[in-house]
Amino acid sequence: MSGAGNSPRDGLQDPERVSGDKATHIKRRERHGQRTLKKLFKWLDTRLPIMNTWKRYASDYYVPNNLNLYYCLGAIALVVLFNQLLSGIWLTMFYTPTIAGAFDSIEIIMREVHFGWLFRYLHSTGASAFFIVLYLHLFRGLLYGSYQKPREFVWILGMLLLMLILAEAFFGYLLPWGQMSYWGAQVMTSLLGVIPYVGDTLVAWVRGDYGVGQTTLQRFFALHVIAIPLLILLFVWLHIVALHHVGSNNPEGIDIYRIRDKKGRPLDGMPFYPVYFIKDFLAVLLFLTLFCVVVFFYPDAGGLFLEPNNFIPANRLLTPDHISPAWYMTPFYAMLRAIPHKTGGVLVMCSAVLLLFLVPWLDKSPVRSMRYKGMYSKFALAGLVGSFFILGYFGLTEMTSWRQWGARFCTLVYFGYFLFMPIYTRVERCARVPDRIPV
Amino acid sequence: MADYTSIDLVDQPATPPSSSLEIHRNRLLLNGVRVLGGVGALCALTPFIASWNPTDATKKTGGPVQVDLSQMQPGQKMTVEWRGKPIWIIRRTPAMLAQLEQDEQLLRDPESREQQQPQAAQNHFRSIKPEYLVLVGLCTHLGCSPVYKPNGEAIPGRFFCPCHGSQFDMAGRVYKHVPAPTNLEVPPYRFIQEHVIEIGAI
Repeated sequence: MSGAGNSPRDGLQDPERVSGDKATHIKRRERHGQRTLKKLFKWLDTRLPIMNTWKRYASDYYVPNNLNLYYCLGAIALVVLFNQLLSGIWLTMFYTPTIAGAFDSIEIIMREVHFGWLFRYLHSTGASAFFIVLYLHLFRGLLYGSYQKPREFVWILGMLLLMLILAEAFFGYLLPWGQMSYWGAQVMTSLLGVIPYVGDTLVAWVRGDYGVGQTTLQRFFALHVIAIPLLILLFVWLHIVALHHVGSNNPEGIDIYRIRDKKGRPLDGMPFYPVYFIKDFLAVLLFLTLFCVVVFFYPDAGGLFLEPNNFIPANRLLTPDHISPAWYMTPFYAMLRAIPHKTGGVLVMCSAVLLLFLVPWLDKSPVRSMRYKGMYSKFALAGLVGSFFILGYFGLTEMTSWRQWGARFCTLVYFGYFLFMPIYTRVERCARVPDRIPV
Repeated sequence: MADYTSIDLVDQPATPPSSSLEIHRNRLLLNGVRVLGGVGALCALTPFIASWNPTDATKKTGGPVQVDLSQMQPGQKMTVEWRGKPIWIIRRTPAMLAQLEQDEQLLRDPESREQQQPQAAQNHFRSIKPEYLVLVGLCTHLGCSPVYKPNGEAIPGRFFCPCHGSQFDMAGRVYKHVPAPTNLEVPPYRFIQEHVIEIGAI
């Protein structure tokens, strides 16, 4: 009975009500209901740009017709964000942000709360999934030159989002108040101590105490559940608005918005809805399948997603024999460890992230996509990815002499990608880019 | 009289200002508002930032701690808590003290020139009484708690930081070529009796 009750005066005004012919009666009522719905929608649409937004972002938003699976990662990241918000809100209902109660409240969530284990595993697996998706998303940008003009600001907003999500992960990591939580926060807040003159004051300011304690836990909780998520939502919105303003790149790196038909539609593009909408939807389903396999069968991922040491309550007097941050931070952590100098190590680690912001201006290549770039760019990107993986491995394992030298070499390769980019992108031979996307 | 408020608020004034003096005055007032507004906004941040500083109650919990050392055996290590940090007290054996001179060329600051200890402990042993070593048990690199290895296995150091591999000798002095920049910190302490120390007071 669609729309039958849309207007409270529906029944009273319908003349067919007394006629007795039931089939016509229902049909008329339905038509009437639909008309009322349409009127309501029109009323709303003149006051809120619904159709306009739908056209702008879906039905009239032209995307290149050669997008591959890499282009579904944005939609998947949105789904993961939604998962984090939903499971996070439910965890907040049962979690206690005190140093006496935090660890136990997690155990209660795991053992007593109905489906508590599910919320926790969704949230912890979601954190790791977020970084897998985002690192791939970022790699896509580097591979196809998506950061190049005119998408520099889309890139900057994306990098700011990565920083925010790293911060969000860091603040959240303290909350279970296990050994890794405590010593991770101890090390990370100590990083501020390298700033000359104000360093020690700054460390005490961030912790609110002589060491990481109740005050620290409570403010990290506030930042993790309110401040940073709000900022993330704001920046996601800006990221998407900026992208739709300049249009999507594609694996060929060819600007499809240059060549249009008489009606102004890009010849090599198609509206986002319905084809890519459905493609994204399928990719999301595929992702959720894999995600659920991890959530239900391998939630600790062999100690990668949930570390064994974090099942021991925090002890301020004893560092575990082997500590490492969550896997998504280990490449940067390995760089910190590889440099035998306090300030130097912190500087190298920070610039490893910050250099990514500069990529749009470091790349001097006349072409966007790796498909048309020369050999140097390909080797440099392979080096970046390889060193990122190896550093990630070194950061997880105990330090030995040869690993330290390996980490130093990988750090050089990682930085080489950025620092020599203005040179190798200028001197290499690129292939000629066609005007239209090749079929 | 022209309505100047409308000139300030919209890009195109309803009535153009008649003289350059008026334009100049408008610009001056507008800039004044911008600067004062900016300063005001920054000042309004004060309570939000200041609230993060440790409270007076927190600072009071950082008072001195008394520790009785009379029960300690030679070579024994004991850990107490002061200001949420582990404080190590080690009763060093004569052999340990003699060992201090062996590795000095491998150390970054063997003379303890860096201000990582109170004056009374700025000596060869980095302690007030050579026998008793008192240290803040946190690595000077990034604040992990190093592991005590009195019998030193494969490494020269007697304290090994599991986080980033820094090493220190039996006086908490840092080795070269490790990430930790300085020797382990000696907290302020004093002997109030023959075998009782007070940590956190000089």
